[in-house]
Amino acid sequence: MSGPARLALHGLACLRGDRLLFEGLDLALGAGESALVTGANGAGKSSLLRMIAGLLAPAAGRIDRVGAVALAAEAPALDADRPLGRALTFWAELDGTSGALPGAMAAMDLATLTDVPVAMFSTGQRKRAVIARTIASGADIWLLDEPGNGLDTAALDRLATAMAAHLGQGGIVVAASHQPIGLTPTREVRL
Amino acid sequence: MKAMTAVALRDLRIGWAQGGAALPLIFYLLVATLLPFAIGPDKALLGRIGGGLLWTAALLAALLPVERLIAPDLNSGTIDQLVVRGMSEEAIGIAKLAAHWLAFGPPLMIATIPAAALLGLDGAAVARLEAGLALGTPGLAALALGTAALTGSLRGASALAGLVMLPIAIPLLIFGAGALDETGAGAMKLLAATSLLLVAGTPFVTGAALRAGRG
Repeated sequence: MSGPARLALHGLACLRGDRLLFEGLDLALGAGESALVTGANGAGKSSLLRMIAGLLAPAAGRIDRVGAVALAAEAPALDADRPLGRALTFWAELDGTSGALPGAMAAMDLATLTDVPVAMFSTGQRKRAVIARTIASGADIWLLDEPGNGLDTAALDRLATAMAAHLGQGGIVVAASHQPIGLTPTREVRL
Repeated sequence: MKAMTAVALRDLRIGWAQGGAALPLIFYLLVATLLPFAIGPDKALLGRIGGGLLWTAALLAALLPVERLIAPDLNSGTIDQLVVRGMSEEAIGIAKLAAHWLAFGPPLMIATIPAAALLGLDGAAVARLEAGLALGTPGLAALALGTAALTGSLRGASALAGLVMLPIAIPLLIFGAGALDETGAGAMKLLAATSLLLVAGTPFVTGAALRAGRG
């Protein structure tokens, strides 16, 4: 990772249609720090992550970001007709991190699924694949949207290990979840 | 550039692997096969109207892939992931346009050879038709992509896509069919100009539509 990663939100507001989901949100995270975003369904957790990722423009406020971002969203963005290995390789090649892919797949226990088409995956397996892509991306800032969805206990442990390793290397994790995901966050954001 | 190549290659692969790229071709050949049955075996008549009919068939064939160009990638989050990686929506549009034309234009021009034979077009007419398609199919591909981006976030958009796309395609049809005439050099130039305008504008339309759809 190049240079210390940093993420700062200043007075962020989110407007969806006519509804104001949140406003005046401040958050500052440095290298190795993490935030857990909680809140009811529809409170704007996913919108906040999409704003940090640059996919949504904030209605007000400012986002300062140092470091590359990886977004693990609800939509898997894996070609359903392809074997998992090939589907993940497409993204790893875009990121220029093909070398990190086998390790990332092993970290989420996906090695045995390499040749299985993504269409046949269960919810949990698909989530593990998305997390593996996030690990392999080598990005400094991980944005995890409900990363625990559909994961079994063993996979949740693997997720916790991966997040701890990422934070240990000076990364940043922002996770939105309404279930425990084994993250001891530096800050907690309630929407 | 590397990302654009990767996206274009992926689109090409999906087009052929899932059969989406073959559909317009089959449709085009089917029209050419059915027409002599409907109009009757009058060789002179078929030769006179065949070129224009093939242009109409090409235009309608261009509509078929609209639903698979953008909507699946929007729904699967692929476009979001590309944007998060710093790829601009316009670059996505250029990559997708290149891939779509490669899957659509050259195969259609190859299919024109048997189709023209079925309609009894003579060699000179086939040459003019092929030249017109070489200039016009990029425009048709661009129109299909722009329409796909505009209707991508709507459900059941295929009927709407026809309404959006066909009126804008009329100039391509007029100049394309006009260029079939022996004195159609002017129409050929206008066809090229229309096609160029569509190709140049589509990445920006696609980019704006993708950004607005994310809203």
